Amino acid sequence: MRLSCPCCGPRDRREFTYYGAADYLDRPAPDAGLDAWDSYLHLRDNPAGPTRDLWYHDPCQSWLQVERDTVTHAIHSVAPVAGRRA
Amino acid sequence: MTRAYRFPGKGLLIDRARKVQFTFDGRVFQGFHGDTLASALLANGQRLMARSFKYHRPRGVMTAGSEEPSALVEIHEGAQQTPNVRATMQEIYEGLDARSQNRLGSLGFDLLAVNDRLSPFLGAGFYYKTFMWPRAFWEKLYEPAIRRAAGLGRLSGRADEAAYEKAFAHCDLLIIGAGPAGLMSALTAGRAGADVILATEDTQPGGRLLSDQPVIDGQPAPLWVDSVMAELRSLPNIRVMTRTTVTGRYDHGTFGALERVSLHKAPGEAPRECFWRIVARHAILASGALERPLAHPDNDRPGVMLASGVSAQFGRYGVDPGPLVIFSNNDSGLQTARTLTAQGVEIAAYVDPRPIAVTEDFPVYPEAQITGTRGRLGLRDVAVRHKGGTSVIAARTLALAGGWNPNIALACHLGARPVWEPVLQSFVMPPGSTPGLGIAGAAGGLLSTRAALIDGRDKALTALSALDLRAAVTDIPQAEDTPYAIAPFWAVDAGGRAWLDFANDVTTKDVKLAAQEGFTAVEHMKRYTTQGMAPDQGKSSNVAALAVLADATGQGIAETGLTTYRPPYGPVSIAALGAGGRGEGFAPVRRLTSDAKSRAMGAPMIEAGLWYRPSYFPRPGETGWREACDREVRLVRVKAGVADVSSLGKIDVQGADAGRFLDFVYTNTMSSLRPGKVRYGLMLREDGFVMDDGTCARLGPEHFLVTTTTSAAGLVMRHLDFVHQAFCADWDVRLLSVTEAWAQFSVAGPRSKEVLGRLGITPGLPFMGWRGLSLNGVPARLFRISFSGEEGYEIAVPTRYGAALFDALVAAAEAEEGGAYGMEALNVLRVEKGFLTHAEIHGRVTAGDVGLGRMVSDAKDCIGKAAAQRPGLVENREQLVGLMPVNQGEDLSAGAHLYNEKDPAERAFNQGYVTSVAPSPTLGCWLGLGFLKNGRARHGEVIRLDDGLRRRAVLVEVRDPVFFDPDGGRMRD
Repeated sequence: MRLSCPCCGPRDRREFTYYGAADYLDRPAPDAGLDAWDSYLHLRDNPAGPTRDLWYHDPCQSWLQVERDTVTHAIHSVAPVAGRRA
Repeated sequence: MTRAYRFPGKGLLIDRARKVQFTFDGRVFQGFHGDTLASALLANGQRLMARSFKYHRPRGVMTAGSEEPSALVEIHEGAQQTPNVRATMQEIYEGLDARSQNRLGSLGFDLLAVNDRLSPFLGAGFYYKTFMWPRAFWEKLYEPAIRRAAGLGRLSGRADEAAYEKAFAHCDLLIIGAGPAGLMSALTAGRAGADVILATEDTQPGGRLLSDQPVIDGQPAPLWVDSVMAELRSLPNIRVMTRTTVTGRYDHGTFGALERVSLHKAPGEAPRECFWRIVARHAILASGALERPLAHPDNDRPGVMLASGVSAQFGRYGVDPGPLVIFSNNDSGLQTARTLTAQGVEIAAYVDPRPIAVTEDFPVYPEAQITGTRGRLGLRDVAVRHKGGTSVIAARTLALAGGWNPNIALACHLGARPVWEPVLQSFVMPPGSTPGLGIAGAAGGLLSTRAALIDGRDKALTALSALDLRAAVTDIPQAEDTPYAIAPFWAVDAGGRAWLDFANDVTTKDVKLAAQEGFTAVEHMKRYTTQGMAPDQGKSSNVAALAVLADATGQGIAETGLTTYRPPYGPVSIAALGAGGRGEGFAPVRRLTSDAKSRAMGAPMIEAGLWYRPSYFPRPGETGWREACDREVRLVRVKAGVADVSSLGKIDVQGADAGRFLDFVYTNTMSSLRPGKVRYGLMLREDGFVMDDGTCARLGPEHFLVTTTTSAAGLVMRHLDFVHQAFCADWDVRLLSVTEAWAQFSVAGPRSKEVLGRLGITPGLPFMGWRGLSLNGVPARLFRISFSGEEGYEIAVPTRYGAALFDALVAAAEAEEGGAYGMEALNVLRVEKGFLTHAEIHGRVTAGDVGLGRMVSDAKDCIGKAAAQRPGLVENREQLVGLMPVNQGEDLSAGAHLYNEKDPAERAFNQGYVTSVAPSPTLGCWLGLGFLKNGRARHGEVIRLDDGLRRRAVLVEVRDPVFFDPDGGRMRD
């Protein structure tokens, strides 16, 4: 598996650390209530097909949001987490 | 004897001027440089090479390549032995020690051949049906007996000490296979300037051109191969990898490949094998086609081969197969007969089930089949059933030509499914099914030389276009373009056992039995019969087996389908996959700057993550860790001790929003910290549990230094990066790990000031203060913090000065009647004080559980705060307590569980567990830390510590976790 780091170019997956679904980016407000926090922390889809997840490129310390397909293994996009709201 | 079966003047790859001696089962043989073990034995008349997997039938060699199912041997090198080596892949070298395997007694007289007599009872599913009862017999009787009788070669039982290597390579275009298609691809891509890797598992490029040696551009094909290779080797952008089997195709252009670096030489300095990970922007699979046998009674005797194997053994090594009978259902087999007879090989008969009408220089039997063979340890004659009756024809070799399977394993590794091609009677890849991988030549079902050459060029042009490279026109040389026709004929119906999978002893009867018993799906049949599960993975046998299955079930072959191809394509030694990972190579070793000095002082090392830290520093007369540990604890409590604490993580945090950021990641407030001060801090995970603890020092208005525990340093760094980049990327804050930039030493004890004074340092710091200073011109940082409960300092210098500072500190401490202390003493000191490590903050405890609930600020949000307020994280928790034995002489043990004094040691009564224990010389007994249900309300209670593992129980008193100096006066004043 290879991911193309926006900073460093295409790299072997050994350089990356997997975190989990991109849902972790959507942090609820502190007072959003138990259900919102439960959903944020624990409830995940397990899609056969397109998915978004988070990877850390250890050499450059970039957190990346990867759009990929769990069926075809195609990587659709790799974008820095930091730039997503800019 | 040596040249008995070597054809004069033939054998492209052997050098008759260089004789090579080797042994097989202890007997000395002579071959030539360039021979494989198989060709050298055949040339010596040694057709018997192995015993079969299940029935222990005598077996010889069938092929000349990696698909060999039968001729598996052990190679011995000193104390090492490598089992299941294909004799067709093992090149001989002077002194090669090869031995037959899977036999009891000699190869010629194998006592386990009794299995063959029992074969009517040993069909598919035999083990499953027979050894069900009585159950107790399985482990004691059945399994050992079966394991003795079945299985192939044996390992030495020793660790493999030989050298292996792993390597990475990158290229524009990986070409797998160097036959006509692969060479033409390489030539086209090479001339266009592409960065090409041409990999072949053969010892040299050429593929079948070296075996059949057709005419190309008016000259023998090997000369054309030479001219192409001369050009390729002159191009700097072409890498040719011989003896390299591409074993797997993985996502995004990654391939695995095994290079046999020195298996063809006597053991020496070079690694035996190298496992390559090749990343290619594009690839071409030019892996050719593999011939399949025909199933007829007793088609497994030594001397029964594939026609392509006969042809290759003859063309490459000059092995004379004659007198030869060829049994073929297709034009390729007939062409082999013509080619061999033209070169002088004696063809005793050509047998073909088709109604062909040809006149040849050898006897042809159309509409005929082979119904049996004879010859116990080697083929003697074959029975041919033809229009005029049955004839027995004497033969040394029987060549089977059952058609060609395009070699598509690698094309299928990413899940693509092949489709049935009725004209070829084979599976091929549908167009467009393998993006990024072109399939060229015979691998794509194009079986003539000229078609392969054209296809090789065209697939290279397609690849070059995808790579945005411009290609010059490459002319296609003249070559044979013989049409190919095949009859759908798989097995002779004549009673007796007819083998499909030679490697696993699967016959047509087994497959029919599987179908009869309901295993009609091809994947079920495979698992029931073990068809295709041997080291050869059914390369030559799978298609014929499923054709027999399709016939038995009445489904077509297309509907029956093929089993799934998975990596690796060929056997890969674990040693090659794990190259570099033995011993110290298993994990990186991180050494402290004090490492050499600590070892010189005799300190045993203990692993802390990847770090090696000194356990204790023994002194003369001490008999073990305990004495040294007690002494080191006392010297810290009474005099002064020095310890290396550099392995703790250090993260430099800078920026206008640094304080704001730290407020967000710590439960407590860091923005209010004044420069020159240090504060203890707690970080939570977002789910509310404690992640890590450590100190935070304010180095300047916009500059902080965060420390982490040793084991969580990487985790915390990733976490802080995540919080920053995910939630507050627009804040002005930058993070950098400086763990390895600073060496840091703890100086602790009542005389710590005097120790520092001997280095010219006057601390002048309040508790939890820090300042920068110059130490002989070296910039240093001095922190007044304590993990021991004594007056303590930590002094940090740039890493390159660490060793010198440690030397100086140890000398100074010893002058103050103190000395160095190790991890054991450090642990005792912190347990006496109830300080935490990851034994306590193990991922399932909250700030409240460890008694630090008040550190979660009410005034602000922080990571983990919302989730920490979940009811389950605040009510009825197990809380941190101290544990002290009621009988002061008794030991405590970590991992033990806690129960009320009278309750049984059962899960339902569990009250908590012990996380840390330490023998305290200060308090004169063992001390423990643990978690106990509502423990803070139970101080003074006596409970039972029960260690089910060590089978002991101790009564303990529940205490405050701070056993020593509870008000902390010693470290503050």
